[in-house]
Amino acid sequence: MSPLNAYLLLSALLFSIGLTGVLTRRNAILVLIGIELMLNAANLNFIAFWRYGPNPAALTGVMFAIFSIGIAAAEAAVGLGIILAVYRHTKTTDLDQINTMKG
Amino acid sequence: MDWIVQHLWLVPALPILAGGIIALLKQRHRVLAASLAIASMFLSFLLSLGAFVHLLSLGHGDGARMVVNFNWFQFGSEWVRLGWVLDPLTAVMLLMVTFISLLVFIYSVGYMAEDENSTRFFCFLALFAGAMLGVVIANSLLLLFMCWEVVGLTSYLLIGFWYANPKAAAAAKKAFIVTRIGDLAFFLGMAWLYAQTGTLLFFDGGAGCLERSALTALVAHTTIFGLTVSTGIGLLIFCGAAGKSGQLPLHVWLPDAMEGPTPVSALIHAATMVAAGVFLIARIYPLMSADIASLPALTPTVALQVVTWVGAATALFGSLVAVAQFDIKRILAYSTVSQLGYMMMGLGVGGVSVGMFHLITHAFFKSLLFLGAGSVIHGCSGEQDIRRMGGLRKFMPITFATYACGMLALCGFPLFFSGFWSKDEILHAAFAWSVSRTPFFMGAFGALLTAFYMTRQLCYMFAGSSRRAQISPMPAHGGHAAGDICHAHSPHESPAVMTAPLVILAAFAVFLGLIGAPSWPWFQSFLGGEPALLNFGAFSGVLPLMVASSLLVFLGLGLGWLLYHRKRIEDADARDALEKIQPDAFSVLGHAFYIDKLYDATIVRFNAALAYICDWLDRWVWSGAVQAFSYLVLALAWLDNFFDSKVVNAGFDAGCHTVSRGGRLLSFLQGGRVQSYLKMIGLALIVLVMLMLWGARA
Repeated sequence: MSPLNAYLLLSALLFSIGLTGVLTRRNAILVLIGIELMLNAANLNFIAFWRYGPNPAALTGVMFAIFSIGIAAAEAAVGLGIILAVYRHTKTTDLDQINTMKG
Repeated sequence: MDWIVQHLWLVPALPILAGGIIALLKQRHRVLAASLAIASMFLSFLLSLGAFVHLLSLGHGDGARMVVNFNWFQFGSEWVRLGWVLDPLTAVMLLMVTFISLLVFIYSVGYMAEDENSTRFFCFLALFAGAMLGVVIANSLLLLFMCWEVVGLTSYLLIGFWYANPKAAAAAKKAFIVTRIGDLAFFLGMAWLYAQTGTLLFFDGGAGCLERSALTALVAHTTIFGLTVSTGIGLLIFCGAAGKSGQLPLHVWLPDAMEGPTPVSALIHAATMVAAGVFLIARIYPLMSADIASLPALTPTVALQVVTWVGAATALFGSLVAVAQFDIKRILAYSTVSQLGYMMMGLGVGGVSVGMFHLITHAFFKSLLFLGAGSVIHGCSGEQDIRRMGGLRKFMPITFATYACGMLALCGFPLFFSGFWSKDEILHAAFAWSVSRTPFFMGAFGALLTAFYMTRQLCYMFAGSSRRAQISPMPAHGGHAAGDICHAHSPHESPAVMTAPLVILAAFAVFLGLIGAPSWPWFQSFLGGEPALLNFGAFSGVLPLMVASSLLVFLGLGLGWLLYHRKRIEDADARDALEKIQPDAFSVLGHAFYIDKLYDATIVRFNAALAYICDWLDRWVWSGAVQAFSYLVLALAWLDNFFDSKVVNAGFDAGCHTVSRGGRLLSFLQGGRVQSYLKMIGLALIVLVMLMLWGARA
């Protein structure tokens, strides 16, 4: 098994763990953590494809990863802000309770 | 141009303004209303006097006519122009109208003192006086016509002043409609004149319709029956004048107009408004007398011949009918009809000055007679039947004396009374008329009758003993006498505010004739624009005729005295002395030759039948058509409604239901839970990945 395959497997595992967390957890904060995990799985993919790709000299993968991490940080801040606002409004972080957007 | 000429418009404007203000006043301001009317009339009188004096100071000749014209409005490329004129005719009429109006206004203060609508009365009176003065100063046939119609309107309002009395309301309507018939012809004549000459101004520096160039063009054309156009127009306008001046056959409204308050009868239906027709003919006299130059100059035009014959017939008719009337005011009304006939005849046979002289003198003595009659009616608390008066000389000495003056002036008592001079001049002119001498004999017989019926009236009213007590109390006439009930049993003299105008008018009735006597024909030369010369020699030419007419008057007076005074009238219900002699003829005269009945049976019935047919058509044909149409529309509307509710609405509803059901179905997908959405996304991702994996391989 080549190292790339191992990284990709790891990344897929990480993504699946994150997705499972997102889909199963009721707490909004844990869902957010799941999303972070999925993002990091994607980052790992970027790094792996860059490292074992045809042109490792160009720093494209690292640049992608760094941007992605920056965006993830911003996303986490916005997500936490929304959760905080929702909590203030509904006094709960249970996502099953928060269904006012029902059609 | 002088100040007075420039501001001549103030003369009619002041009373109209006063009338407008009075219209806003309430009944408790009656004193203010009366003073406003009188003050405005007094100012107008002063202005008229100023205009008259100004005209006198200018001397004689062509300079004695001043006009002020102005543009009114434009239509197409033509300007409609109005204006006013100051010439001897205007000045004389202005003086007469303002003076008599002033006296009648003052008199009305007393006569209308107890009427509860006296502010309205003064409003109408002032409006009337203003419009009448407008007629007098107008230099445009259009302006004259407008004022003429306002005069007709105020006449209608004043005849129907006691509108609660159905007879008064009917009389007002009758007066309005009958004069309208004449005015229609007047309007047609005016339109024709405008079409022919392009102007309605009388005098416009050579371009007016009464001046040489226009008249030459008018007589150059002929119309049906070989009449010149000027004659045709003149005859049409004469119809209007006949309506207003109560000439045959449009006289029927004038006797009925006596339902109005007596000052109104004096001012409007004796002195001024009815004279407006005569004035109109005098104003357009150049048009009436315009003739083709080739004919002998002495033959009068067809228009003037018509005027003469109508006038003569009216004069005779009025005096005949007046003989058999019992209502004090109706006698005077028919007398007015007769005298207006004389004026028309005078215009026809003798020209402007002859007719106008009688107009002026008649205005004074006839308003005097009417005001005297009003004083009598006032004193007898509303009684108008001369059979129920009698012996009033004792109770009302001033009224009797002044009334006698007016009566003698109307009869034409020789030498000292104005009517003598003016009537004599008409008879003289009629005697010299080149066409026929019949109008002269008609006029002379009318003069005899005039003396007779006035003597009869005077005897009935003032002589003998009172016949009042014999009859049960009559319902008070109209409204004015309601307050007089307290002294209903003894006739009494009227207050000074009423007798003073009588005295003034009596003085004029006596002396006014002197300005037109043959020895010093000042009036005639003033109108004609020549210097007046004192010439006693002029008497000799007319002396035989004067003696003859005096004899006629004495004959009339004597007959009246014989029949009505020598044998005292003791019983109010006794038959008239003339009725005993000729009951049938008396009845015919009493009903005014049944002309009213004739009109009722022909024109009025025809009109009523027409109205009935129109009503029937309206009710059954037109209304049926409208009904059918409305049912059609209703049916259409029902169809439309059915289509709307059953087809359009139902289809739309079905569509809506489908959409909403679909929406409800779809809304299950939107559960509002984030994680269920995420599950969907995850599922979709997995399906996508599987498709990519296996789909790419295949």
